[in-house]
Amino acid sequence: MKLRLKIWRQDSATAQGMFKTYTLDNLEKGMSFLEMLDVLNQQLVTKGERPVVFDHDCREGICGTCGMMINGRAHGPIGGITTCQLHLRSFNDGDELTIEPFRAKAFPVIKDLKIDRSAFDRIIASGGYISASTGSAPEANSILIPHDVAESAFDSAACIGCGACVATCKNGSAALFTSAKISHLAKLPQGRAEARARVVKMVEQMDKEGFGHCTNTEACEAECPMGVSVLNIAQMNWEYNKALLLGA
Amino acid sequence: MLKLTLLRKLLMALTGLFLCLFLVIHLLGNLQLFLPKEIAQEQFNAYSQALSGNLFIKVVAIGLYLSILAHAIYAVVITIHNRKSSGKYAIDERKVASPWYSRSMGLLGTVIFVFIVIHFQNFWYYYKFTDMPLDAWGRKDLYSAVVNLFGNVWYVMLYVVSMVAMGYHLLHGVASAVRTLGVYHQKYVRVVNVAGVAYSVIISVGFAIIPIYVYVVQHQERLLSLLQLK
Repeated sequence: MKLRLKIWRQDSATAQGMFKTYTLDNLEKGMSFLEMLDVLNQQLVTKGERPVVFDHDCREGICGTCGMMINGRAHGPIGGITTCQLHLRSFNDGDELTIEPFRAKAFPVIKDLKIDRSAFDRIIASGGYISASTGSAPEANSILIPHDVAESAFDSAACIGCGACVATCKNGSAALFTSAKISHLAKLPQGRAEARARVVKMVEQMDKEGFGHCTNTEACEAECPMGVSVLNIAQMNWEYNKALLLGA
Repeated sequence: MLKLTLLRKLLMALTGLFLCLFLVIHLLGNLQLFLPKEIAQEQFNAYSQALSGNLFIKVVAIGLYLSILAHAIYAVVITIHNRKSSGKYAIDERKVASPWYSRSMGLLGTVIFVFIVIHFQNFWYYYKFTDMPLDAWGRKDLYSAVVNLFGNVWYVMLYVVSMVAMGYHLLHGVASAVRTLGVYHQKYVRVVNVAGVAYSVIISVGFAIIPIYVYVVQHQERLLSLLQLK
């Protein structure tokens, strides 16, 4: 199959970017989206041009490294998958694809499709942990956790931090990402002890990074490759309001 | 000025829900306009006089004015902040992921705010600050003022359009405010959402149907003859 790719090219964080159009022939329907970019880059390298920079790592939808805006949708037109899980069979022969980096004030572009998501790391570092001495794994049955609670915490922990929620939010809000970590820890007895202090620190850091306000449009959940629920945001609000009333 | 995003949202939620409570009381009062003219005029004017003279109502009314202003001012603050935080795309299909009214709260809110200004001028200012005509019982005749305005087809249309905007604003606003308060339970999420939709429909349709009713009653003969001509 044949595709026309309009790709955002930007030499550095400070450079002015622009779209460049490339045409690829002889593509296979079974190729993944990132394999298609590999093919393009191979051609560019052969021609002596600079290849397109894009983030990727595991290529099996669990690391959260890849992610770009494809025809105006985060991770492309299919719901519940990351960019690496997207295949060319989702497109038609002759289609034009516009490929842009995830954009938000807190996610500056480093080069081409690669963005700086270290704001997420700083949010986690501000409180997304349990202050307990580490050692060997504790005995699993020493703290009993009901099955549905464990499952619910695991659903929150499913967030891979890809940033699609921020990219797709009309407000550039990181509420889904931040709340997923807050809820994950607040649901479990080990995390409960620091729940109030944690939510205050993480929300303050989220604001410091320049993310927008959550207005509950729920677009984040619809575009999240892991289907992380917006109810995590409700739990974050609950924990935060509790900390306001009772002190951190 | 509140700095944290969650505090600003909390203020929006609390003022919004307070205004939602007020809408219920306001609608219940308006239902008197469905009564036959003789009863409605005396009862509605007596009700208006009782409300404007009551100290408790005066205190709540100040809270109401402040809520409207705070809700509107913070809406602007939040919108400006969000515009700066969010990204712009050459091709933007993000709209498929959320309902249009959840993304248009600012626009819908602006329609409502303009309506409130007109509404205050027509009734609140007119009642409180002008020497308006009195009724047969010596009370300010707000009923006739309402009925006169509701006899104007353009005013009725403005009113109905504003109520449609309010309906959509509430459709997102009520559920969103409850989320912001963080009051939720896996089991009752659906119940809250359905109750929010029911509230929005009842309130907006309830308000909108009153001017239509008053207009139709006033112009029934002309409307009937129009129908017969066809």
